[in-house]
Amino acid sequence: MSAPNQKKSGGSMGGPMGGMPVGEKAKNFKGTVKKLLQYMGKYKIALVIVVVLAVLSTVFNIVGPKILGLVTTEIGEGIMRMITGAESGINFVYIGKIAAVLLGLYLISSGFGYLQGFVMTNIAMKVTYNLRKEIADKVNRLPLKYFDKKNYGEVLSYVTNDVDVISQSLNQSVSQIITSVTSIIGIIIMMFTISWQMTLIALGVLPVSIILIGTIMKKSQKYFKGYQEYLGHVNGHIEEMYGSHILVKAFNGEKKSIEKFEVNNDELYKSTWKSQFLSGLMMPIVMIVGNLGYVLICILGGSFAAAGKIAIGDIQAFIQYMRQFTQPIMQVANISNVLQQTAAAAERVFEFLDEEEEEKDIESPVSPEEINGDVLFAHMHFGYNPEKIIINDFSAVIGQGKKIAIVGPTGAGKTTIIKLLMRFYELNEGAILIDGYDLKQFSRNGLRSLFGMVLQDTWLYNGTVKENIRYGKLDATDEEVISAAKAAQVDHFVRTLPDGYNMVLNEEASNVSQGQKQLLTIARAILSDPKILILDEATSSVDIRTEILIQKAMDNLMKGRTSFVIAHRLSTIKNADMILVMDKGDIVEQGNHEELIEKGGFYANLYNSQFERISAE
Amino acid sequence: MTKLLKYGKPYIVLLISAIVMLFIQALSDLNLPNYMSDIVNIGLQRSGIQDTAPRAIGEEMYTKLAQFGVNLSDSYTLVKAGEGDYSKEFPDAEKENIYVLNEDISSDDMDELGLEFGKITQMTMLMSQGKDPKTAAEIVEKTDETMLRQMAVQFTKKEYTDLGVDTDKIQQEYIIKTGLIMLLITLIGAAATITVAFLSSKIAAGMARDIRRGIFSKVEGFSSNEFDKFSTSSLITRTTNDITQIQMLIIMGIRMMFYSPIVAVGGVIMAVRKGPSISWIIALACIVLIGLIAFVFIKAMPKFKIMQKLIDRLNLVFRENLTGIMAVRAFGNQDFERKRFDKANNDLTDNMLYVSRIMIFMFPAIMLLMNGVSLLIVWVGADKISQSAMQVGDMMAFMQYAMQIIMSFLMMSIMFIMVPRAAVSAERISEVLETKQSIFDPEKPEQFDNSKTGYVEFKNVNFRYNGAEEDVLKNITFTANPGETTAFIGSTGAGKSTLINLIPRFYDATEGEICVNGVNVRNVLQSDLHEQIGYAPQKGILHSGTVSTNIRYGKEAASDEEIKAAAETAQAMDFISSNEEGFDKEISQGGANVSGGQKQRLSIARALIRKSPIYLFDDCFSALDFQTESKLRKALKGYTNNATVLVVAQRVSTIMNAEQIIVLNNGEIVGKGTHKELLSSCPTYYEIASSQLSKEEL
Repeated sequence: MSAPNQKKSGGSMGGPMGGMPVGEKAKNFKGTVKKLLQYMGKYKIALVIVVVLAVLSTVFNIVGPKILGLVTTEIGEGIMRMITGAESGINFVYIGKIAAVLLGLYLISSGFGYLQGFVMTNIAMKVTYNLRKEIADKVNRLPLKYFDKKNYGEVLSYVTNDVDVISQSLNQSVSQIITSVTSIIGIIIMMFTISWQMTLIALGVLPVSIILIGTIMKKSQKYFKGYQEYLGHVNGHIEEMYGSHILVKAFNGEKKSIEKFEVNNDELYKSTWKSQFLSGLMMPIVMIVGNLGYVLICILGGSFAAAGKIAIGDIQAFIQYMRQFTQPIMQVANISNVLQQTAAAAERVFEFLDEEEEEKDIESPVSPEEINGDVLFAHMHFGYNPEKIIINDFSAVIGQGKKIAIVGPTGAGKTTIIKLLMRFYELNEGAILIDGYDLKQFSRNGLRSLFGMVLQDTWLYNGTVKENIRYGKLDATDEEVISAAKAAQVDHFVRTLPDGYNMVLNEEASNVSQGQKQLLTIARAILSDPKILILDEATSSVDIRTEILIQKAMDNLMKGRTSFVIAHRLSTIKNADMILVMDKGDIVEQGNHEELIEKGGFYANLYNSQFERISAE
Repeated sequence: MTKLLKYGKPYIVLLISAIVMLFIQALSDLNLPNYMSDIVNIGLQRSGIQDTAPRAIGEEMYTKLAQFGVNLSDSYTLVKAGEGDYSKEFPDAEKENIYVLNEDISSDDMDELGLEFGKITQMTMLMSQGKDPKTAAEIVEKTDETMLRQMAVQFTKKEYTDLGVDTDKIQQEYIIKTGLIMLLITLIGAAATITVAFLSSKIAAGMARDIRRGIFSKVEGFSSNEFDKFSTSSLITRTTNDITQIQMLIIMGIRMMFYSPIVAVGGVIMAVRKGPSISWIIALACIVLIGLIAFVFIKAMPKFKIMQKLIDRLNLVFRENLTGIMAVRAFGNQDFERKRFDKANNDLTDNMLYVSRIMIFMFPAIMLLMNGVSLLIVWVGADKISQSAMQVGDMMAFMQYAMQIIMSFLMMSIMFIMVPRAAVSAERISEVLETKQSIFDPEKPEQFDNSKTGYVEFKNVNFRYNGAEEDVLKNITFTANPGETTAFIGSTGAGKSTLINLIPRFYDATEGEICVNGVNVRNVLQSDLHEQIGYAPQKGILHSGTVSTNIRYGKEAASDEEIKAAAETAQAMDFISSNEEGFDKEISQGGANVSGGQKQRLSIARALIRKSPIYLFDDCFSALDFQTESKLRKALKGYTNNATVLVVAQRVSTIMNAEQIIVLNNGEIVGKGTHKELLSSCPTYYEIASSQLSKEEL
């Protein structure tokens, strides 16, 4: 399950100073944005409020410097009046009035700013919550087929990475876009009210910094790619060498490994400092250009003020506007990047949500209560891929309480039958009938309630032992759970655990052994009291004593039930009422042990090589 | 941590230069408002005239002043009309007698003189407004010096104008001159900033490279003990992400952490100089800011801390839902899962909502703080200015310093969040660097005994994992002979793989002696020891590359024929040749594009190609199906010939024909002998065999 992590470590090494993410683009930007907006449709009113609040907050804030400038002007002029001997000095009443107005403006601006953020966060969190919920629900409605072509890591990254990107983007970028654009327009207007000449200079400085930044961006993009590439090489080498450490040791490969590392590490160093230097230039350049503008404004503003064209306070206001100007511009410059990323993430999520779902259950399904467990396979055709049918015209009648062994070499597709039986996959042709009812006549959950399943790939979840057993029947009492555990030969073991039935299985369920896990899944199956059993016998990694326990538990479980066993043990195979022999996905032979041995085909061959007689060698 | 700091040593000079550059950058940033204030104070308020006392006075004014009883003869000298070359500066000197200020006058005297002129100007002004001389004199007495100087400038300006000087031009020139100085300062500052960017990149990338190299070569020397201690994935994180964290911190640190305090301190100094009487505003602003940050910190921190847990929880539940998709559906527990996920989702959303509500409070609050500070400065400043305790330009500069200081504090608080995170990384890195290798080569290595090539002997060997309470292997004694196969069987946890791992010294025996070729493995070079061994691990580990480079890893100089022979013996030929590229088929990292069984066969081929006297097969047949395995066993017999073969197996059929079978149970040898012997003599072996073989085969 490390796929999303790997993706992350390779892709976004940047951090706050990493500079430009190497762009990720949505296939259909417009369509995705539209969808996202539609998705947020129910928050229309709230969004309008956000926009209004953001605009107002910005506007109030932007008016500030100009008004503050009036105060400075008044002070300056008051002083001059004093010097030149005019009666009145500084008009404090006037200043007081302005200050009161300003204080009001600032309070309103910040208040609106907070309100805006508050509403937006609520929207963002609700959208995020819903997206996650929908993805999780979707997983339950998707056909299992879907996961043949997608690995879990990818789906997991929808919830972890992609929804996060959308969430952050909503939380920050939406407000940012509004405030930045409003700021830019507002500042330009305010600047023009002070002096058009100075404004032109301020705006004239802007393209210079944009061009400079653009050039550097382009150049550094190259080094960033190099950085990513060599970081990938170095990290890949580290992972590989650490992962195969004993191998490297056993084959005396340390020196060679270090040599290879050094080469990549040096290359990484070069591209690192170059890319970091170039991205580190961005801020200084913006600052330098900003300071240049500052100086020019001081000169020009000074001359204009001397000539009486503008007031002193206007210089101060203008300087403040200049300072405030760069930030929204940088943000706007970055916004297309953020939007692209968001769209790419949203696109993946929406694509996932739009995936074709399982066929709906039929309206009035057969009740599973009265079922006995007769199974009939009728001219079954199936292929994971419609072009490649692997089961051709398979038919068999399996009476209630019979035992069917499924055998074949590893990778022969022994679980395919089980997946079809439980309707995880749909048949291409033919039908499977239980007590004469087609699988499709049941509701899925009703059908599956007939089965008890114990697979080798034991799935337990991060809960207590008791909760895990109870998973077979959610409304089971404690007594039922314990008696199921006893039947599964696991009660004694559970009682030796630190917290007994209340011990929490850790995330990888690695605090119980593989064999014990299998016993727990048997207990779970026993509790569900199924009509038909599906069992996967242990092959390896279970110690002998546990294996004997498992065998005993499985035998208990099988009594009187129709059972399908993926068999490795001779005793199971020989006693089976029917053996299905599988190879390369297909059922190649069927019959009981004697019949198949007599036939001298694939089974006979398999049997002989698997259980070679001592005398044969 | 000291080990880690050592990596900074080669970069000290660069670091010091960077700090010097930062000072220059800060000086430049801090001086700009200063010059702006000059433009306002002198350029605008004084029309660009820097002199308080005029450097020349017309004869008419001089006489007038003399009538008032002002004696200027000490400071001024008469210059007759047209004499000297004063006409350039004062055009009227051509046709008028002027009194010129003595060149050698000290600035103190000039200031004194200026005050004098100021008083006279004010006096005249007041009297022209109708005040009687006495009251006027009283007012003048009370007037502040700054104000007097301002008035003196007015006087000077008027006198210059009377002498035909273009005062507008003086003003223009002053403003432009100051502007050019500012431009120069900006450029110097820019150059310094760029140098800092350059130096910090070099230092950070360089240190990252050195530390990475240090860790990597250190880890390459680790034994399995150290790998157990840290776990492989943790070592990978420490060599990759943790170092990147440190690198980022160094860059940010130099560019911000060092810079912010310099600006903050410099800003405070400058601000105090500009407006000592209102400096308390800055202190107040900083206290409020720190209070604000602390408030957010204290409020949000606990929630921040559990955030990662909640995210992990959400991911865990979702992942379980995915991996258990069959089980979930088989039991029809979709609703149960939905509720479980919903709870995790809700918990996370609530927590995130809380945190972001606090975070969104930050921005408007800081805005309000900065705006409020500006307002306060203007309000208080206006009062000070009217009392002549301050000038307008100073107030404007002060405002900018206040902003710079607040920004620095903000930056520093960001660093406070970053540093602890990077400190954790640094700690994790130095843990690795400071770990002592537990297995190393002897100082005086011995040579192998050639007459005993191929013998592997265990003499009363005990082994216990570091920190474990019990021995995994107890009193193991046996000898494996050349030309023979020695097999190990037993349930999981019996210690089979551990035993094999002791031979190539992945671990060292806790007690007892292990001899290879007649010599204790501790007394030879590890590389020499490994030369004797062809090893195939439990998991088929492959490297990225091709099929052939992977097999060749066992013997670099191997010919194509040798590779083919090894692959054939390992039963790998059928799938190699079924692929178009054959031996040149690419293997992706971790061998992700080949199946488990194929990996094992390639890994066996890699061991076989060594043609070494000893082969160790650590349970590497289990992923093969029975048919392939039986073919492999047959081929192996012919290939290994006189070599010593040690095999760990799960299946009895794998080892039935071994010359020596050693049955392990709970770390002890409970049976030793051939298949037949053991069936009758060893109950554990019988138990294993009976579960795997049919009655007639026993």
